[in-house]
Amino acid sequence: MWRDAFAVAGRDLRIEARSRVAVNQVVPFAFIVLLLFGFALDPDRGILQRVTPGLFWVTVLLSALVVVQRSFAIERSDGGRDALRVGGIDPAGVFLGKGAAILVVLLVLEVALLAAVAVLYGAPLAGWPLLVVSAVVTTVGIVAPGTIYGALASGLRVRETVLPLLFLPVVAPVMIGATRAFEAALEGSTGAGWRWCGLLAVFAASYTALGMLLFEPLLEES
Amino acid sequence: MTITGTGSRATRALGVLTLALFALLALLGLVLSPPDAAMGEAVRLFYVHVPAALASYAGIAVLGFGSVMYLWKRSLTWDLLAAAAAEIALVFTALTLVTGSLWGRPTWGTYWEWDPRLTATAVLFLLLLGHVAVRAAGGDVHGRARRSAVVGLLATVDVPIVRYSVDWWRSLHQPATLSKLDPTIDGLMLFSAFVGIVAFMAAFTWFLLHRFRVAWLEEQVEELSLADAIVERRAEGGRS
Repeated sequence: MWRDAFAVAGRDLRIEARSRVAVNQVVPFAFIVLLLFGFALDPDRGILQRVTPGLFWVTVLLSALVVVQRSFAIERSDGGRDALRVGGIDPAGVFLGKGAAILVVLLVLEVALLAAVAVLYGAPLAGWPLLVVSAVVTTVGIVAPGTIYGALASGLRVRETVLPLLFLPVVAPVMIGATRAFEAALEGSTGAGWRWCGLLAVFAASYTALGMLLFEPLLEES
Repeated sequence: MTITGTGSRATRALGVLTLALFALLALLGLVLSPPDAAMGEAVRLFYVHVPAALASYAGIAVLGFGSVMYLWKRSLTWDLLAAAAAEIALVFTALTLVTGSLWGRPTWGTYWEWDPRLTATAVLFLLLLGHVAVRAAGGDVHGRARRSAVVGLLATVDVPIVRYSVDWWRSLHQPATLSKLDPTIDGLMLFSAFVGIVAFMAAFTWFLLHRFRVAWLEEQVEELSLADAIVERRAEGGRS
């Protein structure tokens, strides 16, 4: 399973390294979303600074949608999905591998976005341990359901429209937890922040486990 | 065995009982029970609001159970049961939201308050909507069943997490807005609430049975028309 996961993740990341879709399209997309928030909410620094955690995670969530869609577009082209099935690769390995590749892309994007909110919104970044840990746990919590629903939607004709409807309500608790943990890190009230981190970890762990169990039926003939 | 309709003697009896219970609930809730000391006449909404919320949770429980059973047994019966439960849960969730915000207007002064329960119910509504959307997206029968079972299971798992996180989210910022029903609650009010719950559960069961049978008949029609088409095609082949 782990070997399959590494193989799938390596393949997806190699495709990304050669095509640079995430770097050339998703990162600029995330930046324009940040700018749009600035236009929408009077770029008086006070407001933007106060709502930075929320805006940051909404931007990550929207970008995650795009990255997940891209990840499963790869499978549809050139019969990638069939190749995975014919190759006898463990479905749990496929889930972990595709998830890991998406995770890497999103983490890189988050580093860029963090720098961007520090500059554009003037957010004073602080509380690094909590910030980093909660960001990683949150991203796993976003990626796990994202990968499940990405696979699920990719077999449908209405895949582009149904994915957000399925994915966004499920990650509503992640959004709440991530925003609160981020806020706590900035305010230096880490006690509450770590509690949110715990909730995020429970979410991430349960959805990763579910994904490993449920990927097999999803990879069957769609 | 062929089902020719969606009713049976038992469901007809259940249907009549449900109607009688709702008549009793209307009488109790609107006429006989007294207005609440704190909430006034708005308390009457609780006799439909709480039962509707409970019925929606019952629907989600059936949805989760049916989804797991389908993934385990791969029998379409479980898939159809889960689908029926999801649709009914969606209706009851909508009813919960509407009665909740109608109650909020006189009590809180707004139709929408970021109350934990109301917010969690809104997310729940969207989760169920996703399930219905996946079913409507088509595909072959077992593909659709697999996808909806996964969505149903994931949504069910999400319900307590949503509930917990929203509760926590709001409680960190403000005291609970929803005044608890007084413990020294009037006997007749308690009885009305009880009748409401029984009536809604009866309605839920009735809906579930009928919706399941309709879905089952739809499957039969699909299969029959496919079989007919094959027979017809063969007959054409014989003529030429």
